Amino acid sequence: MGLITNLRSSISRAASTLFADAEPKRIGIYGPPNAGKTTLANRIVRDWTEHGDAVGPESHIPHETRRARRKENVEIERDGKTVTIDVVDTPGVTTKVDYTEFLEHDMEEDDAVRRSREATEGVAEAMHWLREDVDGVIYVLDATQDPFTQVNTMLIGIIESQDLPVLILANKIDLEDASVQRIRNAFPQHETIPLSALEGDNMDEVYDKIAEYFG
Amino acid sequence: MAEVKQPDGVQIDLISGERMEGLASMEKIRMILDGVREGNIVILEEGLSPEEESRLIEVTMTEISPDEFNGIEIETYPSSDSGKSGLFDRLMGNDSDKKLTVIGPANRIETLHKDETLIQTLVSRR
Repeated sequence: MGLITNLRSSISRAASTLFADAEPKRIGIYGPPNAGKTTLANRIVRDWTEHGDAVGPESHIPHETRRARRKENVEIERDGKTVTIDVVDTPGVTTKVDYTEFLEHDMEEDDAVRRSREATEGVAEAMHWLREDVDGVIYVLDATQDPFTQVNTMLIGIIESQDLPVLILANKIDLEDASVQRIRNAFPQHETIPLSALEGDNMDEVYDKIAEYFG
Repeated sequence: MAEVKQPDGVQIDLISGERMEGLASMEKIRMILDGVREGNIVILEEGLSPEEESRLIEVTMTEISPDEFNGIEIETYPSSDSGKSGLFDRLMGNDSDKKLTVIGPANRIETLHKDETLIQTLVSRR
């Protein structure tokens, strides 16, 4: 990227940070498929909004979320202050989608093909949001899985290159195989917070950090 | 008509940093995806910028088609100094993340092992 373009983008980002007090920051929940992004989004919204409607359906089948969904004006209270954010739940990012994998989940071929097409559109949409429309990122990883994947390396690199604040969450610590340290070792330049979005474990620290990073 | 026998092998395109330098982002992405969709393994001497990687994922997604193209497998060495380059370095274009990158069709390339100094991949024939 050229010097002028970089300068323009930095100035524009700085200006939007300075003058955006009236508007809540849009915080994108990113990560690979099946990391628990929607489970986390639903927990945040249920914990902090009056009606507590779900952001989207949760499922163990990959690519359940195939559209980015935004829940506006989520007010999180910490230490007497209120931090207002828009929560953007995004489809899991991948570099490949094979419809035959959905057939293993007892899906008919037509449904599997349709799901894979929607999944590819969702990933493209998530990448577009990341480049254009989010002010910060919560990066969710399944702590039972190897974090040293190319998708994680690329996405964290993309987030860093945009100077977006990022909070890494090591999810699924309620499972026996979870290793938070493995995630800390993979991304030592960022803080990693353990949690179980499903069980609600360690959510207080998660909310403290959300307020600290995005408030 | 006489049947033309296709060679049974894997084509590897090694693309130098110099060749990529003069190309616009979309030209780079097109060159990579055209090669990969023909079944080739594309190796970039200096890799892509984070912005270009983001667009590569996006364009790849738009081209995935059932039974025809499942997407790509891509590997670079993990960045050892990620996050250390400051805003000034990036403003001045001092990207420290130029790393050898291997890209291939997802149905033909499988990563066996990866660490900070070694990438081992298995490439299957057509």
